Amino acid sequence: MFVIHVLIHIVFMFAMPPLLLGVIAKTKAAFAGRAGPPLLQPYYDCIKLLQKGSVLSTTTTWVFLGGPVVGLASTLVAGLLLPLGGHAAPISFEGDLILFAYLFALGRFFTASAALDTGSAFEGMGAAREVTFACLAEPALFFGLLTLAKLSQSLSLTGMLTEPFAVAWGVGGSSLVLVAVSLFIVLLAENCRIPFDDPNTHLELTMIHEVMVLDHSGPAFGMILYGAAMKLFLLGAVLLRVLVPVSLGNAWFDWAGFLAGMTLLSVFIGVVESTMARLRLVNVPKVLVAACLLAAFGLVLLVK
Amino acid sequence: MSERLVLIAIAVIALSGVPGLFMSRRAAGGQSIATVLAAAGAMLGIVGTLIFAVTGSSEPIAWRWPVPGGEFAVAIDGIAAIFLLPIFLIPTLGSIYGLEYWRQADHPDDGQKLRLFYGFVTASLALVVIAKNAVLFLVAWEVMAMAAFFLVTTEDREPAVREVGWVYIVATHAATLCLFAMFALLQRAVGSFEMIAAAEDAVTPGAARAIFLLAVAGFGIKAGVMPLHVWLPGAHAMAPTHVSALLSGVLIKVGIYGLVRITSLLPQSPAWWGGFVLALGAVSAVLGVVFAIGQHDLKRLLAYHSVENIGIIVMGVGLAMLGRSLGRPDWIALGLAGALLHVWNHGLFKSLLFFSAGSVIHAVHTREIDQLGGLAKRMPRTALAFAVGAAAICGLPPLNGFVSELLIYLGLFRTVGIGEGPAWSGAAFAAPALALVGALAVACFVKAFGAVFLGTARSDRSGHARESGPSMLVPMAVLAACCLLIGLAPALIAPLLDRAVVAWAPTAASAEFRVAALAPLGWISATGLALVGAIALSSLLLCERFRRSEVASAVTWDCGYAAPSATMQYTSSSFAEMLVRLFRSVLRPVVHTARATSLFPRAAAFESNVTEPVLDGVLEPMSRSIASFLSWSRVLQRGSIQAYLFYVFVALVGMLVWVAL
Repeated sequence: MFVIHVLIHIVFMFAMPPLLLGVIAKTKAAFAGRAGPPLLQPYYDCIKLLQKGSVLSTTTTWVFLGGPVVGLASTLVAGLLLPLGGHAAPISFEGDLILFAYLFALGRFFTASAALDTGSAFEGMGAAREVTFACLAEPALFFGLLTLAKLSQSLSLTGMLTEPFAVAWGVGGSSLVLVAVSLFIVLLAENCRIPFDDPNTHLELTMIHEVMVLDHSGPAFGMILYGAAMKLFLLGAVLLRVLVPVSLGNAWFDWAGFLAGMTLLSVFIGVVESTMARLRLVNVPKVLVAACLLAAFGLVLLVK
Repeated sequence: MSERLVLIAIAVIALSGVPGLFMSRRAAGGQSIATVLAAAGAMLGIVGTLIFAVTGSSEPIAWRWPVPGGEFAVAIDGIAAIFLLPIFLIPTLGSIYGLEYWRQADHPDDGQKLRLFYGFVTASLALVVIAKNAVLFLVAWEVMAMAAFFLVTTEDREPAVREVGWVYIVATHAATLCLFAMFALLQRAVGSFEMIAAAEDAVTPGAARAIFLLAVAGFGIKAGVMPLHVWLPGAHAMAPTHVSALLSGVLIKVGIYGLVRITSLLPQSPAWWGGFVLALGAVSAVLGVVFAIGQHDLKRLLAYHSVENIGIIVMGVGLAMLGRSLGRPDWIALGLAGALLHVWNHGLFKSLLFFSAGSVIHAVHTREIDQLGGLAKRMPRTALAFAVGAAAICGLPPLNGFVSELLIYLGLFRTVGIGEGPAWSGAAFAAPALALVGALAVACFVKAFGAVFLGTARSDRSGHARESGPSMLVPMAVLAACCLLIGLAPALIAPLLDRAVVAWAPTAASAEFRVAALAPLGWISATGLALVGAIALSSLLLCERFRRSEVASAVTWDCGYAAPSATMQYTSSSFAEMLVRLFRSVLRPVVHTARATSLFPRAAAFESNVTEPVLDGVLEPMSRSIASFLSWSRVLQRGSIQAYLFYVFVALVGMLVWVAL
């Protein structure tokens, strides 16, 4: 049985991420009164990019391609650590939550270095913003993880985010609300969504993530797009489980519920993106510090 | 057996620089002899330590020594063994590195001196770690401190070097002073200068508190814990690079050794001690990396990262102390094993970083990050070494820094009340602090790696740099391999860590508190290999795609501007600007900016600098005011020999009167 669920886990992990981007785009289009691109457009984009040729800048070295490669690889391994839909993750051990967080740091190190490898002011700017905002998002994430660890008495993601966690809402509901809000802010910031970053803006000066990858093209860019979608998918799955830690009683229903939940979460992200304006860059750190404090309060409420 | 081998090793290493003194200043022979002797000594020492590590048997040596209270007593135990291995490995690699970096022919004036004291420092460090007698410990400590002074001031022709040398010697003597007081108190409690655990009721709480605080101050200065780190950044930046690697990779760790050793000797340990040490570590870690981000000098940047990593180590020690006070052997095992493993790891990756930075400095002759750039093309091997070191110091998997940080994280997460025993949730707040440190370290090393090695060269010299030779590259390769090995197979060193944990706290001796039982060492290897596999697979995918499609090359896309130049790149200062602004309340950057006031403004410049707050902001004004307050005493300084003879006479009469009364 475990093997079957591992297979389903892997299928979801590989197949679903671009769908979330499609749902977000569709939601935003609905708000704007447009038909919008097809739901599966992100899949078409990835496939198309993988088949295209590339242009490499003459200033670049191996680090430039190391960005997409390590970024994708680290996200893949992180995906194997996270339980999806209440089913145990393929790999789980005590302390995997720290590996989960540090794998994203590994991806960030190489993505930002790849941006600096081009020697362009724009990409340097994007890299600086990415690493700066991550410095504030990281403690928020860890406060959240500490709270979840305390509630579930477990130090592995599978222990935290599967069955036993359902009772936690009764014990520490107020903490969990704070942590969920904080996680949602981290999710938006880490995945460069509005109000932190606008993936569709036209002005490079205001971008964060998109401007870091200006010079990437073809298959390398496809890998970046896909890796970014997977990162959104993974952080979304954590948030979803914190918000709805229930089991439907049947393993197959749980998978269906997971599919529905992730889709709803993407619709919600789309709604947030449609109804909010992008923050001024100088205000981004303030919101992230607020996320940090919210999660810290969540922990304080529990340990008193 | 082990002790004897290590003592022979110490003697050989101490004398390694001596033959060179009798040779011509221009000849290379002395340097080769010194390197061979150092390497042979290190081999002996490593073999001796490994014999202990495998068999666990130690034969303490105690020779008579005609010094009051002194005895030449040495022994290896679990704690000493952990510290001995880097003490033998890293300086030896440094000597090999020095064959090219500090060639005798290029440095006829100071090469001999450098090698003599390099041997002295290494040997005395090893002696400090195995000394079992307080007098022997202090003698070895002082030899180490003084020899290190001569290493820091290798280029004493330069006024700036002499200045950091003075700061170093004042700081190190302040530390020694604390240690004298501490050992005097300990001697009163134990009854002898032997370094043995005091009996349960031998030390009054007041004396124990004084011993503890003196140990934190004395060893904290040597280790460079913020805010006692004043000597560290300057000394690391001004010393020759293989000396910086010795200082940062090995020497400051004896401060940690002292703290670990003394806390193991004291019978009681109130919970606030552990909390205090943990908080000190967290402050040191966060502020260390914040100051590193503000630096423009590559070696100063690395030096502040030593402050950060010492902070991480001290956090682990604090957690272990908390575990001992509250009866949580799992915190002891995770905290102390994490701290001691980080002692190794920091020694490995920081020396690697210093060696690669030195390789850059050797090629370009500047430490200014904003003068460098584009070196990955000119010096690909050095760039790779620096990248490995940078990823390791940020604690990124699958390298060694991740393993030790994971152990400390696991311990910290358990303080919220996971596992059996009491909780101490205040300690859990150190975990997000450590996460902040990790993220800031990523920011700082992306900045350093990017500005030095990536993009295009910002100066002519940087554009014409040449890769270093094998005697500089091989030590880097060895260190990088060690980083990867510990990251992928941490179970290899678990037995050694267990020995140290048990030596520190016998309560953690049971099998369930083995490091391998508490931490997922096997999974770390498995996921590390999975990560390497995933990286290999995605590289293959990209290569395969590249083979099948057209790959063109062009200038960097600058939004339509087709002639990008090196000056248009983001510099390290602009990269760090947002973070410096976020932390401006502690960094206090000094910014000089020019405003355009007229229609035709003149050429303007912008400058931003982060100064050293404790040294420049507190200690220097304080010592100035003390000096001016005490200036009245200059009246006594007449400059004539008769006046001084008169003082001697008055003092003598005064003492006779005092004795008579």
